[in-house]
Amino acid sequence: MMIYLYSFLFAGIVCLIGQLILDNTKLLPGHITSLFVAIGAALDTFAIYDFFVDTFGAGAVVCITSFGHLLIHGALAKASSDGLLGLFTGMFSLTATGITATIIFAFIFTLIFKPRD
Amino acid sequence: MEKKEYQKLTEKYSPKENKLKNAIIAFLIGGLVGIIGQALVDLYMNVGQISQSEATSLMMVTLIFLSCLFTALGFFDNWVSKAGAGLFIPISGFAHATTSSALEYKREGLVMGIGSNIFKLSGSVILYGVIAAYVFGIIRFVFFGG
Repeated sequence: MMIYLYSFLFAGIVCLIGQLILDNTKLLPGHITSLFVAIGAALDTFAIYDFFVDTFGAGAVVCITSFGHLLIHGALAKASSDGLLGLFTGMFSLTATGITATIIFAFIFTLIFKPRD
Repeated sequence: MEKKEYQKLTEKYSPKENKLKNAIIAFLIGGLVGIIGQALVDLYMNVGQISQSEATSLMMVTLIFLSCLFTALGFFDNWVSKAGAGLFIPISGFAHATTSSALEYKREGLVMGIGSNIFKLSGSVILYGVIAAYVFGIIRFVFFGG
């Protein structure tokens, strides 16, 4: 059951940091999410984010930082077997789920529902 | 009115006290999303008898599905503006940004409207994610051998 507490704390603290940046700087949500993705990729370079996912469970997976982590993780996994070309072939190998699901559901629901003015 | 006095007055009425409230809401809602994610992973693993990585993928698809649906139904914009970073930092924010851009440009057509603008808000996440992953990937590969 501790994993629920860890998930709550990790996701909560990441969101708290995001909110503090939003309220105390001129950065917009777009800037912050882009920054967090880059931070996630940076953290995974030294396998720190893997530790987060193992320790904090889904709390570390749902944050957008995980997107950067999955991008570089897939790229490096391919690079270790295929060389530098693997950075290209493996980049989207792990994030495919999120991107594909977003495109498909966003498109379907956009066709079905009317925008609210 | 003296300049100093005016400054004091504007400071008093600027939304400073809301920052604490915003931060607490973002922490609680963000944490709640984390708990929901973990609960879904456990549910899928126990009910579906699937591996943790499959359950995690399914959890992501579920959260994205719900975020896209709630955005299209119209009430998620309100939630995101209230919860702030609590909802735009988790994956729900990516799905929300994508769906709301698509909806906004729907009337301009399938290709020039939805097609050209669906990633208008969320595209930068993909762009800078890939750029950062590529740069750090090269660094890791060259200096640490992959």
